[in-house]
Order: sequence, then C-alpha cells, then structure tokens
Amino acid sequence: MLRFLVKRLLSAILVLLAVSVLSFLMFFALPRDPVTAMCPKNCDAQRLERVRQELGLSDPLYQQYVGYMKGIFVGRDLNSAQGGHCDAPCLGYSYVNSEPVTHTLTRVLPVTLSIVIPAAVLWFGLGVGLGMTSALRRGTLLDRLAIGFSLTGASLQLYFVGAVLLLVFSYTLHVVPVPHYTSILVDPLRWADGLVLAWVTLAFLFCAIYARLSRAQMVETLSEDFVRTARAKGLPRSTVYGRHALRAAITPLITIAGMDVGAALGGTVVTETTFGLQGLGRTAWDAVREGDLPTIMATVLIAAVFIVVANIVVDVLYAAIDPRVRLR
Amino acid sequence: MSLSNADDIALSEISATGPQPPLPKAGLVGRSPGQQAWARLRRDRVATVSGAVLILFVVVALAAPLIQRLYGVGPQQQFQDALDGLGMPLGYAGGITGGHWFGLEPGLGRDIFIRMVYGLRTSLVIAVAAAVITTLIGVAAGVLAGYLGGWVGAVIGWVTDFALAMPFLVVALALVPTVTLRFYGPRQAEPAVFRAGLLIVVFAVFGWTGAARLVRGQIVSLREREFVEAARASGVGLGHMLFRQLLPNTWAPILVSFSLAVPSYVTGEAVLSFLGIGIVDPTPDFGAMIYRSIDYLQTDPTYVFFPGVTIFLLVLAFNLFGDSLRDALDPKSSR
Repeated sequence: MLRFLVKRLLSAILVLLAVSVLSFLMFFALPRDPVTAMCPKNCDAQRLERVRQELGLSDPLYQQYVGYMKGIFVGRDLNSAQGGHCDAPCLGYSYVNSEPVTHTLTRVLPVTLSIVIPAAVLWFGLGVGLGMTSALRRGTLLDRLAIGFSLTGASLQLYFVGAVLLLVFSYTLHVVPVPHYTSILVDPLRWADGLVLAWVTLAFLFCAIYARLSRAQMVETLSEDFVRTARAKGLPRSTVYGRHALRAAITPLITIAGMDVGAALGGTVVTETTFGLQGLGRTAWDAVREGDLPTIMATVLIAAVFIVVANIVVDVLYAAIDPRVRLR
Repeated sequence: MSLSNADDIALSEISATGPQPPLPKAGLVGRSPGQQAWARLRRDRVATVSGAVLILFVVVALAAPLIQRLYGVGPQQQFQDALDGLGMPLGYAGGITGGHWFGLEPGLGRDIFIRMVYGLRTSLVIAVAAAVITTLIGVAAGVLAGYLGGWVGAVIGWVTDFALAMPFLVVALALVPTVTLRFYGPRQAEPAVFRAGLLIVVFAVFGWTGAARLVRGQIVSLREREFVEAARASGVGLGHMLFRQLLPNTWAPILVSFSLAVPSYVTGEAVLSFLGIGIVDPTPDFGAMIYRSIDYLQTDPTYVFFPGVTIFLLVLAFNLFGDSLRDALDPKSSR
C-alpha cells in the first residue's frame, strides 16, 4: 500500500511537471508572438512593449521556464516594473491589475470550492441512491420515473437550465437571491443562500448522469453469479445488495466521480459564467479575454493539481472498496 | 416447433420489454448475436422512436441546402425591416410568421429556423467525428494497458494520467485562440472548417482518456477471471485474447461510453461555442446562438427556447437510442 502510494505520488509529480512544461510551451512558444496572440485587438504599442519586457522574451525558453518554476518553489526577484520581489509560491503578477497571481487565486478558489463540494456531495448521494434504488426495483413506476428523470437531466444543457432557473426563481418568483458569494466563515446562511441555485443546477444535471450510470452498473452486477450465490446461500437481501453488489457496482462510478470533481474544482467555467460568480473558471475565462498570461498559466496549473490529486484519491478508494483490485 | 417455443421462452427472459411477437416459423435458422441484437432493437419501441428522430435530425442536417431552397431564406440573410427600432422582432413570440417559422434573431434579424438547420449540421459533424475518434483511441489504449500491463501499461497509464490532468475547459479556452492565431493572423478571418477541425482535434486529444480508463479498469478485473486464465493456458495468441475473449466482455461499458460520447460532444461543442471559443458567428451554431440569446432572456424568451429545446431533443434522442442499443446488444443487462 505504502509502496503503491509513493509510486503513485512520484508519477503524479512527473505528470504535473509535464503539464507545466506543455502549458508553458503552449502559451509562450506556440504563437508567433505570445504578446499579440493573447491580446490581438485592444493592445496599444505601450502595453505590448511592457508585456514583452516582463516576459523576458529575449531569454531562451528554458531559462524562462526555469525562472517560472523557481518562482513557485523558492520565490524569485523580478525587476521593479514587474512588481519587485515575489515570495515563495510565486506565480508572477497579473498583467491587468498587477496583483500577485497567488492573491487572485486565494481570493477566487474558495468560491469554486464552495460551489463544487456541496454540489458534488448532493449529486453523488442523490444520483447513486436513485440509480441503485431503481435498479433494485426494475420495471416499477419508480424505476420508470427515475429513468425519465435521469435521461432528461443528462440531456439538458447547464447554461440553459441555469438561465431558466435564474429567470424563474430569482428574477420572477424571488424565492432565492441572485447568486452571490459570501465566505462561509463570515455568514454560513448567506453563503448557502447565495450558492443554492448553482448547487441545485449542478446537482440536478450531474445526479441524472450518476443515476443513469449507477443503474446500468447495478443492473449488470445483479446478474452476476456471485450475487446469485450470495442469495442462494441464504444471506439477507440487504447484505447481498448493500454489501456485495453495491461494492462491485460503485467502483466505476468512483472513477467517474473522481474525474468529474477534479475537473470541476479546476473551474466550473460554465456555471460561474451563467451565475456570474467569480471563481477559478471565470477568472481563467477573463484572463484569456484580457491576455493575462500569468493568470492563465496559474489557473491551468492549479486545475491540473486538483485533477491529479483526485485521481490518486480514486485509486486508493478503488483498492479499499473492491477487493479484486490489487495495488502494485 | 418445440425448438421455436424454447426460443420464445429464452427471448422472453432476455427482453422483458413490450409484447413478444411470434417468431417466424423458420425452423432451424441460426442467428448471430448481431442479428439477435438487431431483432431486439427493432422490437424496442423507444429505440424505434428515438432512432427515427435521429434519422430525421441527420436528414435535416444533410439536406440543409435543399431545405434552404424550399424554405426560400438563407442563414445569413437579414430581415431588418421586420425588427422594431430597438432591434426586437415585430409581432408576437419573437416574430414567428408563415415566412419565419421560429421567428427572427433580435438585433441582426436573421431567420432562426434556417440557422438551426445549418447549426444541426455543424453540431452533428463535429460530435460524431469526435466520438468515433476518441472511442477508437480510448479502447485501443485501455485494452493494451489493461491486458499487457508491464511497461506498455505503465506508459499508456502515464499518458492517460497526463491527458486527464490537463483541465479540459481551461486549456481549450486558452489553446483554441492561440492555435487559431498561429495559423491565421489577428486580422485574418479563418474559415469555419478550420474551427470545426480544430474542435475535433481538441476533443480527440482530451476525450479518449475517459474510455481508456474505463476499459482498462474492466480489463484489469477480467484478467483475473477463470475464462481468461483458461484461454491463456490453452495458448491463444494476443489477437484472439483481445478480440475474442476480452473485448466481447467489455461491450457494455464501451457502448455506454460511446453512446454517452456522441451527445456529450454535441454538448461539449455547444459549451465551447457558448464560451466563445468554439464555432463563431456567422457560422450557425447552437451554443453561439444560446449565448447570444441569454442577453434577450427577459425580452425575447422564444429566442433561447428553440435552440435550447432542439439541442435537448437531439441529445435526448442520442441518449435514448444509446440505452436501447446497449440493452439490445447485451442481453445480460436488459431492462
């Protein structure tokens, strides 16, 4: 187990390094001139020159990359035009408002976390519960309703549902306020109140997908021999379904949940755009529009970190849940 | 006759949906699993209806120029005289008339119906191409990694991890404008085909990992099963092992993954276009249309209604058909 974890962590670090190299190349080397690339229309000559200076574009690429990576781990000294000294987790300064990118991230990250984590708990719990229940009650009215619900939800578009819910519940009925973010530490009630629409939208769509997948998995598992054997040797239904079948059926779902949560933590761009919440995704979107390279680079990196960590958690959970999987 | 009776019982056990039509008195006619699946699919009402809807969508997409000629309005034609001073369509429900079935776009005054016909084309071409490519890559990578293990598995697993670790939306957000600029300057307009091709490539690069991981997981647990061991003990070759022993047993997840892939790329393409990095105006596209319509949500709700509902129906039809196909191909998990 420990050996597996160490191996997995090492490979994760390698992956992250590769992501950083690739995204660095992608943003700094691919376009003919990254400066004009990131702001094709609204850059005046002065800003172009400033950006070019800050990037140190005359330096060889590897030097730029090493400088950037050094900034993350030990901090780096930038010249005064670039904002001066930058402490250890240094991701540079925003081109737009000269704020250290680390500050921007600590400001917007809680927003994305507050959107994703409660929504994920909702969608996984509801989705798997619904899927399992309807698999056990195949052919009943409940099953048909659940299938209808999950197919509808899985086919709807987030921005469409979000816009409709916003129009109905916020603008017309005034049941919930227009989405906004308050820190949970300041006022938990306002925090929940402001985000509930985003949770419901996300949970509704994702829960439908999970219900669909978990039903399919459970139906397949129930036709396996080991389930019949367990029933035949007289184990109570609850033990067979709740312990044996559920364990086997839930593993693929955990893989998918890990991927989804990891990806969502890296920025729920569409949700944040639809509801006007300034999270990681929206920040990335703005940064792309404004040609704010350090911010783009940082959002890509942090999103990658989330995904990699989520994958490790999934692998460990996998082994804990499914005894057939051996960690090597 | 006794044989056909037994067949009947077997079939009724397999597919519990719908009434069982009597089997043809064909006597001893062997049917391949594919033929059986086709027969089951044809009996499934949901499959028939959703399949018909899909065919309709495909025909509409293919016949777009013909529809344009019959309808008499082009996707780029503007009807400014049918808008009021504020750019809102005159008349009720977003300007729906005999000449403009789904009304007009506020602002530019283009016909919504014909733009949706062409938008369907954009959406389907990109989604189907992306789904086929990603599933092929994903299955190949997943099977090899799962069965061979060793250094092949390690390399594939590592590449998968790497591709999975790239945050799709954020990277696409940053990558698409950059690549476009690489090929076409800031002032040069790129052809619509280039954007579509770029989107397919982006989907292919990022999309195969899901299928690969899923298949790998399945293969890893199959590898420990007795029948695989038996096949290995009897000394079968790699090709036989993969295509005869392992792949047939992973049909269900691969199909579920493919059946989820097409509609998810329809969605994905619309999302990218919604965010302004997919298909861009003036090329007709659902996502771009819905993005424009959000501004008019309170003043002209019909504008968001038609593209929103159409893309929902398209994705729903794909999902329903995928489900039925899965049930038909895999009797183990029929409803």
